[in-house]
Order: sequence, then C-alpha cells, then structure tokens
Amino acid sequence: MKKSVFIGALTVASLTAGIAAAGTLDDVKARGKLNCGVSTGLVGFASPDANGKWEGYDVAICRAVAAAVLGDNTAVEFVPLSSKTRFTALASGEVDVLARNTTWTLSRDVDLKFDFVGVNYYDGQGFLIPKSMGVTSAKELDGATVCIQSGTTTELNLADYFRVNGISYEPVPVEGNSEAQKLYLAGACDTLTTDGSALAATRAAFEKPDDHIVLPEIISKEPLGPLVRHGDNEWGDIVRWTLNALISAEEYDITSANIEELSKGTNNPEINRILGTEGNMGEMLGLDADWAKRAIMSGGNFGEIFEANIGEKTPIGLSRGLNALWTEGGLIYSPPFR
Amino acid sequence: MTMINDQSYVRTEMLGEKSPPVSNVGIIGWMKNNLFSSPLNIVLSLLSIFAIYSVLAALLPWVFGGVWYASSLTECRAILFEIHGEATKRACWGVIRERFWQLMYGFYPSDLYWRPNLALVWLFAAIAPVLFNGLPKKMLLVSVAFPFVAPWLIWGGSFWVPVMAFMGFVVGFLVHRITSKTISSLVGIILGVLAALLWWLLLSGPIAEMMESIVPLEITKVGSRQIGGFMLAILLGITGITLSFPIGIVLALGRLSNLVIVKALCVGFIEFIRGVPLITLLFVASVLLNYFLPKGTQFDIILRVMIMITFFAAAYMAEVIRGGLAALPKGQYEAADALGLDYWQAQRLIILPQALKISIPGIVSNFIGLFKDTTLVSIIALSDPLGWVKLIQGNAEWNGVIWELYGFVAFVFFLFCFGMSRYSMYLERKLQTGH
Repeated sequence: MKKSVFIGALTVASLTAGIAAAGTLDDVKARGKLNCGVSTGLVGFASPDANGKWEGYDVAICRAVAAAVLGDNTAVEFVPLSSKTRFTALASGEVDVLARNTTWTLSRDVDLKFDFVGVNYYDGQGFLIPKSMGVTSAKELDGATVCIQSGTTTELNLADYFRVNGISYEPVPVEGNSEAQKLYLAGACDTLTTDGSALAATRAAFEKPDDHIVLPEIISKEPLGPLVRHGDNEWGDIVRWTLNALISAEEYDITSANIEELSKGTNNPEINRILGTEGNMGEMLGLDADWAKRAIMSGGNFGEIFEANIGEKTPIGLSRGLNALWTEGGLIYSPPFR
Repeated sequence: MTMINDQSYVRTEMLGEKSPPVSNVGIIGWMKNNLFSSPLNIVLSLLSIFAIYSVLAALLPWVFGGVWYASSLTECRAILFEIHGEATKRACWGVIRERFWQLMYGFYPSDLYWRPNLALVWLFAAIAPVLFNGLPKKMLLVSVAFPFVAPWLIWGGSFWVPVMAFMGFVVGFLVHRITSKTISSLVGIILGVLAALLWWLLLSGPIAEMMESIVPLEITKVGSRQIGGFMLAILLGITGITLSFPIGIVLALGRLSNLVIVKALCVGFIEFIRGVPLITLLFVASVLLNYFLPKGTQFDIILRVMIMITFFAAAYMAEVIRGGLAALPKGQYEAADALGLDYWQAQRLIILPQALKISIPGIVSNFIGLFKDTTLVSIIALSDPLGWVKLIQGNAEWNGVIWELYGFVAFVFFLFCFGMSRYSMYLERKLQTGH
C-alpha cells in the first residue's frame, strides 16, 4: 500500500509539475490557500495557541496577504520551518511567502535568489547578561563564553564584533532559543546573544527578569522581513504592497475600528486609493479594489499588529524604537499609493 | 553383646515444621542477605539508599505538588508563590493539561480524532494474529485490510483510492498466476509486478475518480501538515517497523543469495544506507529532493520521511536477520534440501522461523531504536512531540517551560518502549522450544 501511495504521489507530482509553471498568484487562488513559512515557535512572532490557531507578528503578515488575495485571513497553511529548511522550502515552492524573522542580506537576496519585499521589523543583535556580572558594556566581555544559535547571521556578527574590538570570546553553539535559554540560566555561558526582540522575549520568561539586563550595544543590523522567490514579480508586488498598505494605514490612521467608516469615502485621496474607493490600485496588482481594506481588517494596521503581538502591553514588551513610523522618528516608511 | 542404646525416651512422632528464623525470611531476611551481608555492602547500601532518597525527595514533591490549573507560566508561578512562598520548585503541569491534545495529535482536527484512534485499534486487531496463538483464521482479513484502510482513515479522501490500490495487488497476482503457469515462474513474477505498476500508475486514478462520481464515499481530507505530536511519531514508527521487517528479510536473504546481481544490489543498499546517518537521509528527504524534483512538485513531506526511515530501518533489520540466519547450523539447510524443499519452501518452513526466533531481541531493540529515532524529524521542522515542545515554548504564555514538556514527552516514550520490550520478552518465552 505504501508503495502505491508512493507511486500515486509520483503521478500527482508529475501532474502538478505542469501546472506549477503558472504564476504564484494563480497557484494560490487555485489552491484556495496561502502556504506561508513561519518559525517553529518564536515568542511573539509565530506560535500556535491552545486551540491550534497560529498567532504572532510574522503570522499577521501571512494572514494579511491571505486576506488580500483570497479574501479570508484563515485561508493560510502555516508551514513551520527551521533556520536550515526555510530557504529550500521557499525555493522549491513548498511555501509561497516566507515570513520567518529572516534577515535581509545581500547574499540571500542575490545568491539564494529571493526577493525581500520589505522590512517588518528592524532588529539588531544584543547581549543578555546577569546583572550580578557587573558588566555594563559589551566591550568588557573579553574572554566571555557566549551562547549563540548556530546557522544564523548572529554567529557571523559576533565574530566580526569581537574581532573589530580586539577581544576574545568562547562560543557555545546551541540549536534553538529554548536551548539557549536553558544553557544561559544554568550558567553554561556568561552571556546570551541573539536578536534584540528574542532577547526581550527570553528575558520576559525568566522567573526573575530583573536579575538580567540587555547590554546597550547593538552590534548588527537585522532588518527582518517577508520574502518571496525571484522571478515572479507580480507575486512579489502583491506581498510588498500588502505590507505597505498596513504601514500606510497606520500613517493615515486607518484602524480596524474606523476602516468601515473610512471606506465609505473620505476627503483624503490617499486613503481613498488605499481603500479602493478611488483609482484602480487593486486592478493593477491583479486583485480586486477591496484588497487592502481586507488586509488591514485582518489584524489591524501595522501599529495595531505590533501592539497586539510584541508591543509594550504584551509580556515581551518591545517599544517601537526603530520600528516607529518615519513621522515618529522610526524607520518604517511606505512609498505612496499612487 | 551389650545394648549400647538404652535411651529412656524415644520420640515417636515428627515435630511440626517451624517457620524459619525471622532473620532469614521476609523483608528482613531479604535485606540481610542482599543489602547488609557484609560491611562493604552495608556501606554501599546506605549510600545508595541515601542517593535514592535525595533524588526522590526532590523529584516527588516537584511532580506531585505541581500546579495543574494555570493557563500561563506567570500565573503558575504566582500560584506557587502564594502557596509555598519563595524558592520552592514545583512543576507547572498546566501546560500539559492545556496542550495535551496538541502533543498527542498535532493540528489534527479534534472532531476527527476518532479516525486515527480507530486506525490504531485496527492496528492491534491486525497484528493480533501475529502476536497471539489460537485466534480464528478470519482475523487475517482484518490484517490484510489494515494497510489500505489505515491511510484512508488518517488522511481521508475517497474510499475508492484504497480499494483501487488493493486491486493493484489483485491484478498483479492474477497476471502472475496465469503467466507463471503458462510461461515460467520468473517471467510470472516480473509480469505480475509490471501489471500491478501499470495499474497503479495509469488506471487506478481514473477508475477511482469514476467510481467516486458514481458512488461517492468520501470522508474529510486531512493534510500531512496537520499530523503531528505523538500521532506522527507512532505513524512513522509503525510504518517503519512494519515495512522494514519484510524488506529487511528480503535484503538479508538477498545478501546471502548465490545470484550475483541480487547479492550485489542488496550489499550495496545495506552498506550505503548503514554508512549514512539517519539525519542525513532526512535532510535529503526534506531539502535535497526538492532540488531534484520539478519545481512546484507537491511530494508529501511525511511520505518522503516515511520512505527514508523505512530504508534506514530495513538496512539495519537486514543485518540483524542475517545474524539469525548465520547462527543456524548448516545441518538445518541441508535437512531442508534433503527433504526436497525448494528455496522458498525451505526458507519459509525451516530456516526463517528459527532464524527470526533467534533474532527477536535484536529485532525488537531495532524497533525501539527506530521509534525513538522518529524524534529526529523535528530537526527538519516536522512537528513531532519535540517539534511541538518548541512550538509551545514559542507561545508567550509558556515560554520558559522546559522540564515539564520534555519530561512528559520522555514519560510517554518510555511507556511505549517499555511496552515493546516487555512484549518481546513474552514472545521469546512463548517461542522457547529449546530443552
């Protein structure tokens, strides 16, 4: 029987191989579901709740895209991917979008042949240390043992930073965040380094968070964003402008509370263009006029998504910082809807 | 002659049996003989008792004093603080209570849990004739139906697909019967396999679709990504175990065969698979195959992993069984020849029953190893129990829960593996024919 399933699968495989040549948008529409690659559990960014419903900051992007394309923000098949399997899953077409706190780098963009459609979180690598160590700057970490996740950009950043500052360290490679947490708490390493957002989440889960501090130095730029495959620009545009719609929505104060009101038409042409009452933005993207409205209604605008998943009222308690709108001193900026 | 014996008293009846001294029987006697029989033993025993006591004194309150009703780690810690004050370590079992079904079934829809459950019950019914003597022969029908019904129950879809898959075997068998009688048995085998393959590749799909349109018998489909938790581990374990066993036998026989090509193929397969770590094969299944297959190919990830695990287990199984075959005295082979049995008859009636019996401990420890190896799939991001541990830790409510989750997973694995090893001991005793 297994053999027959195998052969059956091969036949199906050869049949679907012919169809896959069409654009991703058509594939997604035909399937009726968006395949979205997410993290295998990262606090605040992607994890299933007690009812098996995925939630998180990255998950919200997937849901917004599904709402824009399919009109249903639950029509998403979430595919948990590890840091090692994420790129092949995207390259092979197993997922349509990868929203898995992935740093935008030149080699990933160019060599691995992906398109980063934007940045949804500006992160940076930091250090978490026990207060009792009495260290106030990363430059004082000479000779420290450092817990670090293998196979990520943080590993390379760490090497660069210590080399530039002419100090030495001893790496303790770990596989995932919870292992890192365990080793750090057990005292196997003096300091834990990873993206600032993850450090905040880790610290929040400690029994006594106040005994630990995040050092002020941010040693790297980690712009995290959703990405798609090279070569299907129509699909890339849809994901990019869905993200931009969420950002613009925050800029123009379109919230999930007032969106119905605003979509009846306003005096602001930009809002009208976003919500589809003016112009033909949706048509240009190959979608209908309401696409952005649905994307925003799926989980609120950029700011609402941030506050609901990782903002200051959540256990993770991240402040907006760099991730505030450009009008409020941050880096979040959307090109105009015109 | 003088009487030496002039005793005035002779006992005429036997004394009643007296119970042995207290210091030799019962718990005291046992302790005296086993724990405190010499000064060295006394010291060692006391040390061991102290060690066991200190472990249990820390563990038991942690396990049994844990908090079951809390919906987040923070809440659990608050409850513990209220009851016990600072610095008391107790388990937060709330995470297990809240996530139990996810750890068991993954994302499988909860209203369909009866389907994998039924498949599991069916499995026990299916292996019952193999495990226990004296069951009616008709039970074998249940066993034959199992490999077709179980995947249908788990993945759902049209009932005609498993029916058509089964028909493939019927077609192959019929072709084999006809051609092997008219031409030769080797040609019969080849033609039979070809006919079955043709059936599966070309005919079974359309016919299943046609039958479905005439008599729709479809149950809700469940995608492979929905399958997770212990259900995935058991699924991978059972497929690996049941498929690797026959494949392993064939490989072992092939390795000992006189046919050069068959032997070379079997040796090559076994040595290649055994020379590569399982995790490499899993990465091939999850990552490398994606590059080779045409873009957009949807070749089910669980199926890929099942195939790799089966290959891996089969190679090891073959070597265990080869050990059993090698342990049989040459006389058994010669006796089979002397009786005029052909190769397959000799294997089936004389060689394999004895060789397999010898190999039982090896086979079972292979099975247990395989079952535990299924946790490696969490590295390629399949959500097996360990994958789910990560997913649960990724939730803000339970971020930081470590011991409870891993402890629970370890406990369930222990139950399964202990059960298997107990069964293998029963089987060895049952098949004991030596004198």
